[in-house]
Amino acid sequence: MIYDIIIIGAGVVGTSIARELARYQLKIAIVEKEEELAFGVSKSNSGIIHPGTQNSPESLKGKLCVKGNKLIRKIARELGVDFKQVGELIVAFNENDLARLEELKEEGKKLGVPRLKIVGKKWLREREPNLSKNAVAALYAPTAGIVSPYRLAYDMAENAMQNGVKIYTNSKVSEIHPIKSKENSTAHFEIEIPSGTLKSRYVVNAAGLFADEIARMVGIDDFKITPRKGEEFILDKKREHIANHLLFPLPSKTSKGILVIKTADGNPMIGPTAQDGDDKKDLSTSDQGLKKVLEGVNRMIPSINENDIIAYFAGLRPVAGDDFIIRHENKVPGFINVAGIQSPGLTAAPAIALMVCDILKSAGLKLKKRKVFHSHRKKTVHLFETSLRKTKKLIEKDPAYGDIVCRCEMVSRKEIEDAIARGATTLDGIKFRTRAQAGRCHGGFCTTRIMKILSESLKKSPTKITKNGSGSEIVTKERDND
Amino acid sequence: MTERDLVIVGGGPAGMAAALCAYKNGVKDVLIIERDQRLGGILNQCIHPGFGLEYFKEILTGPEYAQKVTDEIRSIKQIEVSLRSFVVKLEPHKILTILKPGSLQQVKAKTIIMATGCREKTREMIHVPGTRPAGIFSAGLAQKLINIEGLLPGKEVVIVGSGDIGLIMARRLTLEGAKVKAVVEIQKESRGLIRNVVQCLNDFDIPLYFSHKIARIYGNKRVEKVAVIKVDDHFNPIEDSGFSIDCDTVLVSVGLIPENELIEMAGVAIDKKTNCPVSSELNTTSIKGLFVCGNSYKVYDLADSVSLDSEIAGKQAAEFLGSRL
Repeated sequence: MIYDIIIIGAGVVGTSIARELARYQLKIAIVEKEEELAFGVSKSNSGIIHPGTQNSPESLKGKLCVKGNKLIRKIARELGVDFKQVGELIVAFNENDLARLEELKEEGKKLGVPRLKIVGKKWLREREPNLSKNAVAALYAPTAGIVSPYRLAYDMAENAMQNGVKIYTNSKVSEIHPIKSKENSTAHFEIEIPSGTLKSRYVVNAAGLFADEIARMVGIDDFKITPRKGEEFILDKKREHIANHLLFPLPSKTSKGILVIKTADGNPMIGPTAQDGDDKKDLSTSDQGLKKVLEGVNRMIPSINENDIIAYFAGLRPVAGDDFIIRHENKVPGFINVAGIQSPGLTAAPAIALMVCDILKSAGLKLKKRKVFHSHRKKTVHLFETSLRKTKKLIEKDPAYGDIVCRCEMVSRKEIEDAIARGATTLDGIKFRTRAQAGRCHGGFCTTRIMKILSESLKKSPTKITKNGSGSEIVTKERDND
Repeated sequence: MTERDLVIVGGGPAGMAAALCAYKNGVKDVLIIERDQRLGGILNQCIHPGFGLEYFKEILTGPEYAQKVTDEIRSIKQIEVSLRSFVVKLEPHKILTILKPGSLQQVKAKTIIMATGCREKTREMIHVPGTRPAGIFSAGLAQKLINIEGLLPGKEVVIVGSGDIGLIMARRLTLEGAKVKAVVEIQKESRGLIRNVVQCLNDFDIPLYFSHKIARIYGNKRVEKVAVIKVDDHFNPIEDSGFSIDCDTVLVSVGLIPENELIEMAGVAIDKKTNCPVSSELNTTSIKGLFVCGNSYKVYDLADSVSLDSEIAGKQAAEFLGSRL
């Protein structure tokens, strides 16, 4: 069988493209090298739905971000994703910077960012009481919001699957061969993965950090992905209301600076750093990173300190120059690159998906709507965001909702079993989907229970249960019984 | 909503001792809420001896100690035990919301004793830089994996911190065939009991590095090695003193934090640094009739001391109820 489209990479970009294309009568597959979806760049995304400010008005980034911000609202409703419009403030600490704020506002206006407003000290004192007294003004963008980046990717993927998209995990692409037709155009591609060869008429390269390596497989070598590391630090949920908006300092040329980020999970996050490297696997954090983030964040909120931090991680942004690379490669007809999708990639993802549809259409793909497209999926239940009255009803319907596995984040056995039914196979997969193990005790109490549920549901020995795929087994062996 | 005279949250040594003593002092309506499938709490995974000398005047293992108290609890019909039950909300006027398989209920208590124990400090709380691969465990989790689940967490182990659970686990892992390569302690002396240093490390020739810390964890999928460095009196790293140890497992045993998030939710004043209730007298809190005992009141070294001090909480609750009549 020949697929119409194969998308390489099951991050938020790949899954968004898949979901959009699933509206049409096409045979679509996603191939993903990791054991689960969203385990690459997307898992470290900070979850900000940017309004579109801080991008040049001519850039793809800017245009797709503004469009994505509008699109995400409908998608969130359809998929039952927890989108919250919290608004953002770009804060100036110096009277001399007021002109720069005005500039940002004008640039934003040009892009079509709605309802931008410069707010002064009094506004800030009233609405952000923890903000430093040195703040003199801010650019307020009310349309900024937050979303859980991995839950968005999972929900996109599940909805795509509902509409017939096939997903291959643990399927690292090793080679891609364009097969020529008699007229010397590409008839189809052969894509090698460990389980065999897949054939597809079109290939969309959404491989994140590895998009340059995938492109090189078909002879495209005019861009390089540089991993730009960002270290982020998660604060205790008790600090949920430390800020009421997303807080940005006035940005520098290369970075948006150290932010205070509200998250869909409640725990605020501080960071990220921005450090170019050359190792696409280096997800280590550092003492210097912590120092930098604390110094940066204390300029905005002086009361945040080291003891508020309950977790930290590093992510890598796939940087390919200043802007996104989204294009059909005329040299290799049928091959579309979607590369260098760094910030604001999460926000832009739904708009990128539409753009890719248009590109495919121009490249000769016929887009004929499916008779039935299931646009909605049932909202995933999370007890931590469910009222007690509703929780009571849920428990009475299914007792497993009353069987609490993760005490810090209040996650029931039912939610964990659901996550497994929806595709989770690893401890991290459970964590990203349900928040179990993501709280204060870091799985100290619930890890064994989750391993057991995974082991029973997947009919796998506990020694085969991993943190995030092969090589990350949790235990080495069963105890000898002799 | 049902009404109860005394609700005890937590069925470990603290909660059980408090229940028994409250009963002996005249409280005839006691409900113990326990999230696990059995009473005993963390004692169930402490299969080593060393418990009971003070409280029972004999040397017992953790499960034996737990069983003795459990048997007594089970013999008293006025003490009701609700297992696999989880308090999700505590309100200042002593209303508890309790979840268990199949039900969510609210209970109004005349008095409450919180005996919720501790959680372990994590690697994240001591800010160890590096990667976050599989193979990093709190000492208590490793203990549960081995003793309850029958699973071996790893083969070559470095233990961070010389808390008692870490020391006990050094011996336990060695007996199970793992190689414990080092215990690394940032302080100048062990934070565990001397008897544990002697019996769990010295007797097995496990090196203990004082005034050293883990500077970094390496490994992408699974732990591969740790960097260790000597520190000065202010815990600052001393240059050129670093070395690395190859290992597949890191155990973190750097202390315990009382679990007081529920009473904090109810408005009880909590010391931000220790996470203990701010309190002028043993087991009391800023809310009258709401007591806290055992490791959630303060971190104890011995289960026996937990039982003894928690008996006092039982008496305090009985007196509080008596004074209300």
